[in-house]
Amino acid sequence: MTIMEPRKHGDASDGTVGGRQTRFEGNLKVTGGATYALEYPLDGLAYAILVQSTIPAGRVVKVDAEKALAAPGVLMVLTPDDDMGLLVASDWGGNRPENQPYYPLPRQVQYNGQSIAAVVAESREQAVEAARLICITYEKAPHVAGFDDVAAGEGKVMDNLTSEWGDAETALAAAPVQIEGEYSTPREYHVAMEPHGLTVKWDGDRITVWEPSQWSHGMARSYSEWFGIPYENVRLVSPFIGGGFGSKGAALAHGAVAAFASRKLGRPVKLALTRPQNFTNYGGRAATRQRIKIGATEDGILQAIVHRGASETSTYADWPEQTGAATPILYRIENFSSQHRVVPVNTVTPGALRGPGKNPSAFGIESAMEELAYKLGMDPLELRLKNYADHDYQSGKPWSTRRLREALTEGAEAFGWSRRSHEPRSMRDGKTLIGWGIGCGTFPVIQAPSEAMIRILRNGRVEVVSGAIDMGQGTYTILAQTAAEVFGIPVDQVEVHLGDSRLPGAAIAGGSMLAGSILGAVHKAATAARDELIGLALNDEKSPLRDTGANTLTFSGGRIAAPRDQGPSLTLSELMAALGRDEIEILRNTLPDGATAQEQHQAWTSMAKIQGPTMGEYSMHSWCAHFAEVRVDEDFGTVRVSRIVSAFDCGRLYNPRLVESQWRGGIIMGIGQALLEEGLVDQRNGRTVNSNMGDYLVPTNADVPHIEVISVGIPDYGASALGGKGVGEVGIVGVAPAIANAVFHATGKRVRDLPITLEKLI
Amino acid sequence: MRDFSYLRASSADEARQAALQAGSVLLAGGTTLLDLAKCGVMEPETVIDITHLSGLGGITVDAGGATIGALAKMGEVADHAGIRAAFPAVSESLSLAASAQLRNMATIGGNLLQRTRCSYFREPDVFPACHKRNPGSGCSALGGVTRNHAVLGTSDACIASYPGDLAVALVAFDAVVEVGGRTVSVDDFFLLPGNTPERETVLERGEMITAVTVPASAAAKNSTYLKVRDRQSYEFAAASAAVGLEFEADGKTVRDIRVALGGVATKPWRARNVEQALVGKVLSPETVEAASRLAMEGAVSHGANHYKIELAPRVVARAILKVGGLA
Ligand SMILES: Cc1cc2nc3c(=O)[nH]c(=O)nc-3n(C[C@H](O)[C@H](O)[C@H](O)COP(=O)(O)OP(=O)(O)OC[C@H]3O[C@@H](n4cnc5c(N)ncnc54)[C@H](O)[C@@H]3O)c2cc1C
Ligand code: SF4
Repeated sequence: MTIMEPRKHGDASDGTVGGRQTRFEGNLKVTGGATYALEYPLDGLAYAILVQSTIPAGRVVKVDAEKALAAPGVLMVLTPDDDMGLLVASDWGGNRPENQPYYPLPRQVQYNGQSIAAVVAESREQAVEAARLICITYEKAPHVAGFDDVAAGEGKVMDNLTSEWGDAETALAAAPVQIEGEYSTPREYHVAMEPHGLTVKWDGDRITVWEPSQWSHGMARSYSEWFGIPYENVRLVSPFIGGGFGSKGAALAHGAVAAFASRKLGRPVKLALTRPQNFTNYGGRAATRQRIKIGATEDGILQAIVHRGASETSTYADWPEQTGAATPILYRIENFSSQHRVVPVNTVTPGALRGPGKNPSAFGIESAMEELAYKLGMDPLELRLKNYADHDYQSGKPWSTRRLREALTEGAEAFGWSRRSHEPRSMRDGKTLIGWGIGCGTFPVIQAPSEAMIRILRNGRVEVVSGAIDMGQGTYTILAQTAAEVFGIPVDQVEVHLGDSRLPGAAIAGGSMLAGSILGAVHKAATAARDELIGLALNDEKSPLRDTGANTLTFSGGRIAAPRDQGPSLTLSELMAALGRDEIEILRNTLPDGATAQEQHQAWTSMAKIQGPTMGEYSMHSWCAHFAEVRVDEDFGTVRVSRIVSAFDCGRLYNPRLVESQWRGGIIMGIGQALLEEGLVDQRNGRTVNSNMGDYLVPTNADVPHIEVISVGIPDYGASALGGKGVGEVGIVGVAPAIANAVFHATGKRVRDLPITLEKLI
Repeated sequence: MRDFSYLRASSADEARQAALQAGSVLLAGGTTLLDLAKCGVMEPETVIDITHLSGLGGITVDAGGATIGALAKMGEVADHAGIRAAFPAVSESLSLAASAQLRNMATIGGNLLQRTRCSYFREPDVFPACHKRNPGSGCSALGGVTRNHAVLGTSDACIASYPGDLAVALVAFDAVVEVGGRTVSVDDFFLLPGNTPERETVLERGEMITAVTVPASAAAKNSTYLKVRDRQSYEFAAASAAVGLEFEADGKTVRDIRVALGGVATKPWRARNVEQALVGKVLSPETVEAASRLAMEGAVSHGANHYKIELAPRVVARAILKVGGLA
């Protein structure tokens, strides 16, 4: 996809890195000009829909599809009886079991709502109606509806998530002040506006998949491995995504079903998950619970933290929602112990949802810190500053940059924290209780190699080409800004092509790692292309700049000239014309020099080459501090967030306008998490009964107050080539505890289980 | 969704005639009908479009009261100056309902006939047992997730709450539903579930709502609709109250008071016992709170909906104090 018409408001500096350039693709999206995966008009489309299990555990004994097959328009019914001949694809790490068959419609039922059959028909309505004629016989097995079910047991300890140093139990026992609390979060869902689904078409043994994706290369690899075709034969197209939030990083069973149906029918097939299926066909955030004990001195110096957490997982895969992810790094702590368990229950395997691990973890530790502050009679801000971590006590490494102190103090200043009265229930407006609370957040800096191509065209335009994804976070825009800066041209002279697995490799748009990774590659390729052009301009006999005697050239204001104005100045197109070149094309990646083709492929299609936050010399993270004000109706228990001020350290901001949007978006999701969102499971059959947007509530505009965001970061060149740290996820982390803490301040009631619905306060 | 045939009625009579056929249903704004057809709860064979029929829309307000045509849109009624002046609770109940988009589509007739939000009712494939959908099949909600179910007017057969807001305001002010030739008070229009939860109103097959009339009263003029819910907008009521109040000449003794509750009962719930406890009394926070508690007489919880028994009287009390100038 090519995006050519940037909407520009503001001054020229908006078009360079750090400028407030508006979204390149914004105009297309709001005018309906952006084509999404389910909107590709293909001739001869057939429509597939999924049939879900209505029991939580057991086996499919028989699928009687006779009536469905006879229904009008029906082309095909797929059931567990169909061996699609697929093979299991690699996991995220790139590991793959040899020759293991893959059944996207399994006979074994592991949770209520699992896909067990599919119907393909000439129209979607025909498929839906035929599906209702299918008769499924099950052999039921006992089920575990959730981790509070007695049958669930304690689960298993994830050893790789255990973290211990010092002697936490002893130090805790010796501490004069102790608090203890159990904090829990329910199942939460992505609820992206655009549902999952795909349009797919085969040409011989080549397949094109139009599917919303956070990772075009990784998902293309899954299709190639499932179907046993070369990677090059798969083209996954995803120029626009209506929200992913972690749910669109992997190819899922419904993709395999649609692709198989398409190949078998010899027709393109479209499959869109229904809204309820978006709650069951892939996992949301796992339900969590964690017990935290903190020991401190009388004057509030932390002595020990003991943390024991657990999260639900499925019966067929371990997905830990790591409740101890933020616990060890927020504060100075000499004695620490954390353990996390996963408890298998009959659910779809949970998945990554904005701020995985860090988010529920912060709800625990940041609620507990305020409980400690009240036990000590100390201002929660003071307690946090008093226990400021000068380095990472977990890894022992220095921070690359950590401006959490500035976030706390500047956030407090902007919020007016000093005017707070300490006692709960001490601020009110008639029947409305008012409360203030703080929650800190963090998200690791993850680095991944990426690749990018730059083309300088004869007409003077510059193309940036990458398979990277823009799911609304601003990839198109910041890549254009980066190239514009390198070539000294306005952004509207740059074209950006993204979202296609056939384009150069890129990191996943997840883990807040894409901007830092891809910008490094684009900058490297653009600089190399500029150097090549300089070389030609200074040496080619056709070049008007050859005789200037300069040994380099400047690129600015759309013109290329020798540094001290000796000789002419030319535009890019004039120079290209003078040189007689049609284009200059440069491909660069950020892998170590000499990486083999195999290593490159592995880097773009697996997580094998990813660098965690402490794999280098430093410990690298984004940080934030949220200050929330709530208004609680004393009689009704209804909570409304009336004001939020959040200060962030995300290093250098490549485009503050887009970063602020991401922060605000995260904060709004945090409001939903704090007050509204909860998957309600019927214990009797493990079904999520509110799997629709009428019953699973997310914030409306009316629930969103004025949100002031502040950047306190400084460039962190250890964290990324251009100095930024991740911005996409940190915004949600810490919001829920800030609100829960404010609710406590308002009402004197400590709610330790999210969401804080009205019945918990009356 | 099952294929259905579509009939664009050329007159109200033709629509009624056609609606006499089993499997036929009227189509107004379609926001309930299509929703339930997609869930597989309603399976119409013929859909009879009445949206273009003349004489069924319109809103008139005069000294005697208001007449609201069955096809008037929720949004139109909410914004109507005459309604806002003479029946603030009616206007507020509509503007606090659903979303702007729905209010622009949905009609008053359809609004009264909206169905329960009981999740079990709405998912036939997974929860076949539902007396309301399929008489005699059981009730899946009992023993399940019941946070939004009713505490008043329930039966062993069904505990589904009536979700609408408008009808709550209407029942408070003795509104009347006009059904072709006959008229029925809103209170009588809706039925308790008893052993026949599938029968929700007195409407017979082939009958059409043509209008709703609301008599003017001093209490209606001094009225409010208070809706309490976790989300600030676009959510059904956890508990709501429509209240109207008229004082004696002394400005503090209650001459007439109307109280109705929403979100907590199986039908729009008029709380006459609360009214009776306050008529002739001097309004004070204490008398109001004591009287409001009577609203929960006979309330039964089914687990997670227990909070409604605590919440609803507080909502009633706040609404009364508000129209009484005490809150
Ligand atoms: C997401 C969502 C949120 C909502 N939130 C709220 C809320 O907060 N509060 C609230 O009160 N409501 C709410 N509603 C319900 C909404 O108000 C109703 O769907 C709407 O009023 C129905 O009106 P309609 O004209 O669309 O009816 P239709 O869907 O056209 O009809 C509904 C039923 O009434 C019958 N019918 C329609 N007109 C007549 C007539 N004149 N005579 C006889 N039968 C007739 C139809 O046959 C059908 O059975 C919500 C709905 C949705 C989808
Ligand atoms: S409460 Fe009523 S509507 Fe809900 S499942 Fe039971 S019978 Fe059906």
